[in-house]
Amino acid sequence: MKKVKVYVTLRESVLDPQGSAVMGSLHKMGYNEVQDVRIGKYLELVIGDSERDVDALVDELCNRMLANTVIEDYRYEIEEVVSQ
Amino acid sequence: MKFAVIVFPGSNCDLDMYHAIKDELGEEAEYVWHDTKDLSGYDGILLPGGFSYGDYLRAGAIARFSGVMEEVRKAAEDGKPVLGICNGFQILTEAGLLPGMLMRNKNLKFTCGTVSLKVENAHTLFTNEYKEGEEIRIPVAHGEGNYYCDDATYQHLQDNNQIVFTYAEDFNGSRNNIAGIINERGNVLGMMPHPERAVSDLIGGTDGLPLFRSIVKQWRESHVSHA
Repeated sequence: MKKVKVYVTLRESVLDPQGSAVMGSLHKMGYNEVQDVRIGKYLELVIGDSERDVDALVDELCNRMLANTVIEDYRYEIEEVVSQ
Repeated sequence: MKFAVIVFPGSNCDLDMYHAIKDELGEEAEYVWHDTKDLSGYDGILLPGGFSYGDYLRAGAIARFSGVMEEVRKAAEDGKPVLGICNGFQILTEAGLLPGMLMRNKNLKFTCGTVSLKVENAHTLFTNEYKEGEEIRIPVAHGEGNYYCDDATYQHLQDNNQIVFTYAEDFNGSRNNIAGIINERGNVLGMMPHPERAVSDLIGGTDGLPLFRSIVKQWRESHVSHA
């Protein structure tokens, strides 16, 4: 069994209004050293035994559904889960 | 002319759409559940506004995998008129039937009201009852209507006259104020504003009616000439 942590973020070229709003607020609080804020999504997938290559599978899931690559990038980490 | 109003879990403008077709336009309409496997009996397909599947993940991202969407794709390939309004537009872009995507409004607000739109292309099957350049007033209600596409796509849209409606002024951050686009073939239209909510003076205006009349007119003409 594997746990996959998927991070979906807006592409660098795309304005992130949520991130901008949060950064504006942090600046108002006095944290002027914060230079940029980007907000994304975090998904955890638990993948059971499969004949398929996990990387290929996760790429397929991300491209088909979890991210819209018109405006979003994704990256992920795969962890082995030891069943109890 | 018989329209299918596709109902996804979370659609909430399906009743308005049905009412516009049935009561104001006087044409046939039926609600069609999202897992329907056959749309061959319908002449036009309407994807209404709302929040399909709660818009979890992204607006329209889950609905795009509904069983009925394969049939919607077929209908589009057959040249039938397919109209997606608001969430319907978001579903069409997620499904790849229209280019680009709808992002969160630039000001992060869910915006409700009536806006002025410019008819940029009056030579489509959806807009032939309008005049080119005409300004119309249509209600809007959305939080994710900020139309985005890359430079190449925008150029392509422009070169092919696929930009059908624009906001008279910057409304939500959409690229070049785009409010509605059509596919290359000209039979799939997606728009964020709600023409189905502007079909009677009783509810504040009738500027949306010509859109539905255009579809019916074109359909009648093509079916008479082929008869």
